[in-house]
Amino acid sequence: MALATRTVRRPSTLATLWRSTVGKKTVMAVTGVIMLLYLVAHMLGNLKIFFGSTEFNGYAHWLRTIGEPALHYSWFLWIVRVVLAASVVLHAVSAYQLSRRDLAARPTAYAHRRPRAGYATRTMRWGGVILGLFIVWHLLDLTTLTVNPRGEAGHPYQNVVADFHNWYADVVYIVAMLALGLHIRHGFWSAAQTLGANNARRDRTLKFTANALALVLTAGFVAVPVSVMTGVVS
Amino acid sequence: MTSYTAYLTGEPIADTKAPAGPIEERWDRRRFTAKLVNPANRRKHTVIVVGTGLAGGSAGATLAEQGYRVIQFCYQDSPRRAHSIAAQGGINAAKNYRNDGDSIHRLFYDTVKGGDFRARESNVRRLAQVSVEIIDQCVAQGVPFAREYGGLLDTRSFGGVQVSRTFYARGQTGQQLLLGAYQALSRQIAAGNVEMHARTEMLDLIVIDGRARGIVARDLVTGEIATYFGDAVVLASGGYGNVFYLSTNAKNSNATAIWRAHRRGAYFANPCFTQIHPTCIPRSGEHQSKLTLMSESLRNDGRIWVPRAKGDNRPPEQIPEDERDYYLERIYPSFGNLVPRDIASRAAKNVCDEGRGVGPGGQGVYLDFADAIARMGREKVAEKYGNLFEMYERITAENPYEVPMRIYPAIHYTMGGLWVDYDLQTTVPGLFAVGEANFSDHGANRLGASALMQGLADGYFVLPSTINDYLARHPHDTVDPRHPSVTEAVDGVTARLERLLAVDGDRTPDSFHRELGELLWDNCGMARNDAGLRKALERIPELRAEFWRRVKVPGSGEELNQSLEKANRIADYFELAELMCLDALHREESCGGHFREESQTPDGEAARDDDRFSYAAAWEFTGTGAPPVLHKEQLVFEYVHPTQRSYA
Amino acid sequence: MRLTLRVWRQRGPEQPGAMTTYEVDGISEDMSFLEMLDTLNERLILDGDEPVAFDHDCREGICGACGMVINGQAHGPERTTTCQLHMRHFSDGDTIDIEPWRAAAFPVVKDLVVDRSAFDRIIGSGGYVTAPTGSAPEAHATPVPKPVADTAFEHAECIGCGACVAACPNGSAMLFTSAKVVHLNVLPQGAPERESRVLDMVDTMDAEGFGGCTNTGECALACPKGIPLQSIATMNREFLRAARKAPRQARPM
Repeated sequence: MALATRTVRRPSTLATLWRSTVGKKTVMAVTGVIMLLYLVAHMLGNLKIFFGSTEFNGYAHWLRTIGEPALHYSWFLWIVRVVLAASVVLHAVSAYQLSRRDLAARPTAYAHRRPRAGYATRTMRWGGVILGLFIVWHLLDLTTLTVNPRGEAGHPYQNVVADFHNWYADVVYIVAMLALGLHIRHGFWSAAQTLGANNARRDRTLKFTANALALVLTAGFVAVPVSVMTGVVS
Repeated sequence: MTSYTAYLTGEPIADTKAPAGPIEERWDRRRFTAKLVNPANRRKHTVIVVGTGLAGGSAGATLAEQGYRVIQFCYQDSPRRAHSIAAQGGINAAKNYRNDGDSIHRLFYDTVKGGDFRARESNVRRLAQVSVEIIDQCVAQGVPFAREYGGLLDTRSFGGVQVSRTFYARGQTGQQLLLGAYQALSRQIAAGNVEMHARTEMLDLIVIDGRARGIVARDLVTGEIATYFGDAVVLASGGYGNVFYLSTNAKNSNATAIWRAHRRGAYFANPCFTQIHPTCIPRSGEHQSKLTLMSESLRNDGRIWVPRAKGDNRPPEQIPEDERDYYLERIYPSFGNLVPRDIASRAAKNVCDEGRGVGPGGQGVYLDFADAIARMGREKVAEKYGNLFEMYERITAENPYEVPMRIYPAIHYTMGGLWVDYDLQTTVPGLFAVGEANFSDHGANRLGASALMQGLADGYFVLPSTINDYLARHPHDTVDPRHPSVTEAVDGVTARLERLLAVDGDRTPDSFHRELGELLWDNCGMARNDAGLRKALERIPELRAEFWRRVKVPGSGEELNQSLEKANRIADYFELAELMCLDALHREESCGGHFREESQTPDGEAARDDDRFSYAAAWEFTGTGAPPVLHKEQLVFEYVHPTQRSYA
Repeated sequence: MRLTLRVWRQRGPEQPGAMTTYEVDGISEDMSFLEMLDTLNERLILDGDEPVAFDHDCREGICGACGMVINGQAHGPERTTTCQLHMRHFSDGDTIDIEPWRAAAFPVVKDLVVDRSAFDRIIGSGGYVTAPTGSAPEAHATPVPKPVADTAFEHAECIGCGACVAACPNGSAMLFTSAKVVHLNVLPQGAPERESRVLDMVDTMDAEGFGGCTNTGECALACPKGIPLQSIATMNREFLRAARKAPRQARPM
């Protein structure tokens, strides 16, 4: 019979999101956008390296004083770090769980293989893994200074320059930034699609923005090692 | 082998259960006199529904909504794929939204007249009455009908009717209406009120103590033969146009459900009333497996012609204007290219028979849009017919903007079907037939956009209001699965399948189907005559015998075996084809889709013989190859008085 | 023309399958792809072999029964259904690979036949408007703006063939599900069940074992009816909206 006889409450919004593939993609989209915003700020800050050691190191110091006196010294930075760490973890866990599902949903491959989708789309998973590994390396290199050849706290400019005199640091960095570009190129548009921001009219604009963001961020980040290698920054 | 050209005449059908009194009150009266089943008791009644098209889907959903337990079947992998989905044009309803003089009475009148006065007035009046509710129902379900900018429903005139009463959803009205019914049905399946068996085909009817109590069905995936029992059985299995092999029906549409019911005692009415649609894409060669219809609306702007000279095989653009014969405009100056379907079809056949047909095998006529493009501009033509032109080009690789289309008539719909009374009950108590499976509303010819209307009228409104009367009047004990009638039906089905597999001959099932189809098309197609029908009646039993001797069905019965499914359906087509020819032979008049060459006016038009043939011919089965018994249902016209159609 | 076919043969759901090679000759370019397979099957029957099983019915591109992956593409090289694909798009001497839809949610039944009943269950979980027969108001009681009706129609065109799932590297049913969600959610008639519809349909879609969407766009490229990729974005929006609103609403059972 069509009559409603009883009602039950739906699970909470967060539970609904986390339990479904669509919701989990939303988690990925939101955390991805957070990380993307951070990267834009990070890249702009990096470019200060072209104004010399004093300004760059001063900028790095200022980052720790944001919010004073309301916030204690470097608390702002820690808040950012916590948000970013949470984003990375949520992004990665969602990606892992969704990927497992996706692989299980297509257990048999076609005998007739043909190239599918764009390169950026196909490299999301491995690109993501590369970026994850890079973040670890990057933190050890320039945050904790564990693997940095110079490793002097409070002197980021000198640390960066010392770092990029190593060919392997350049290779790691540049490869990671290319992966980042590809990841953003598909990821930004994909996030817009997942968050339901896409429609027929906006599609082109969104794709253009994704490409522009990918290009600008990659170029901005890669500019630093290249400048060190070519001696523009020393 | 036995063959027949004679038949026995039995008792006429006296009572159609249609209430008496003013025609506009009959349906209300019937709904009031029909006994009701207490809502609390409905759950105890099981109704079996075979088919999930417009009629079956809507009936299953509605009965389940009312509280009955429904067990439903379709041979497709999903109820959404029934062939109603392919209907293009639209659905008629007497809404009179255009204020153009339409009314329930006018739709009733047009349908009786369009059916060439071979339909039952009471049923047609009810159909027209219910039509308005169908539109409301479908809109409520979210069917995206075409709309005007003001947000109200758009309508168009269809098939030469003078009022705009056809509601449509681009060229996919059938799809949208079917999805509406399918969605309602899906809701009931999910709610547990309908037990759905997809990929399951009914192979026999179980009749116990004279009443329909169940079916024997084969699971097409596992091959398992199972029985299903209920208090009533509803057949919504569609028409039998595929008996012709080439038709616009889906490849797997078949007549087995209705034919098995006929063998179990349900009368088969007017089997020779088949509709041939004039605007189909001609066959391209021997490999042709089915024909594709293009909407009749093309005739609104296209001009139909053939070369004046026989065997003129120049490309169309090289044939000068004065060597072309716009034959419809010539013969029927006032209606021109818009003459009714049967007339347009027959005229095309005539010019092709004269050797003036075009395209491969000379089986085609041109439908030319050159004038329309010159008059309206290519853009306007594209706007109106773009999707049809694309479809044509995809199939033929010819661009209709440059080269005239080629069209040829094809079997499209069958007006005949199981005989039903006003309640849609067949002559087997408890067995109902709805939609194209029954014979009820279209007489000898169906108007455009009326098939969808009838399917949904039967399923949503008529059957759910009449079946309760049957269910309420009879006690329904549980069926004993060991009852001899059950065992006999199951054994019969099993034996037949085993026999098909055992022949292991040297011809494929399709080769027989093709041969039967050609025989029927030639002798019981657009024009029929005594000699041809007798020839077919002689040949069909021979072919049937050959089939049982030479057919080759590989594989086993315990798996998905599409050859076995096919062969089993073809076996029934032989028997049905024979009855069609006999019906066509006995009806020595021309009416609607049935054109007897012996019965025409001096100017070559169909001549009806109301004195002798104003009846529905309901045939009773007496055995394979044995002459059937004819029961006449006299047709009485109190409201629409028979006139001769004239389109000259 | 003469063709080499490599066709997936599999006797039943549990049996192993393999690509099997057949030669077919005398293929006309006017044949549809299915008529070409008919030709092969007629010969196989006479040779005493089992014909290749494949789903098909209307053969005019609307029922959605047919579907096979031809040379790695769902429904083959043209954007249409397999039944409307004609042999003129192939050349004499071609080798053609024919495989069933591949997805965990579409198990192979036999040869090229797969079980798509998961689609029916998705529809049953919310792809309808609750409007029992007889309860409908007069059709003109609620005008629907033409652009809205057109959007609904364009999404209602889905034929449920499953090409989107077959083409998706994740075997995702997002395009199919979104087509129905958008069709009904944009219409005023679908509004009362707007939230429960999208939540329940996505729930069922996940439960049936379809993969998630990674926005590769393969589905929309394979769709014979041109359901746009943006409809997935619209469904996502509907889902997020519903996830926000629904916990505050009662759910009919």
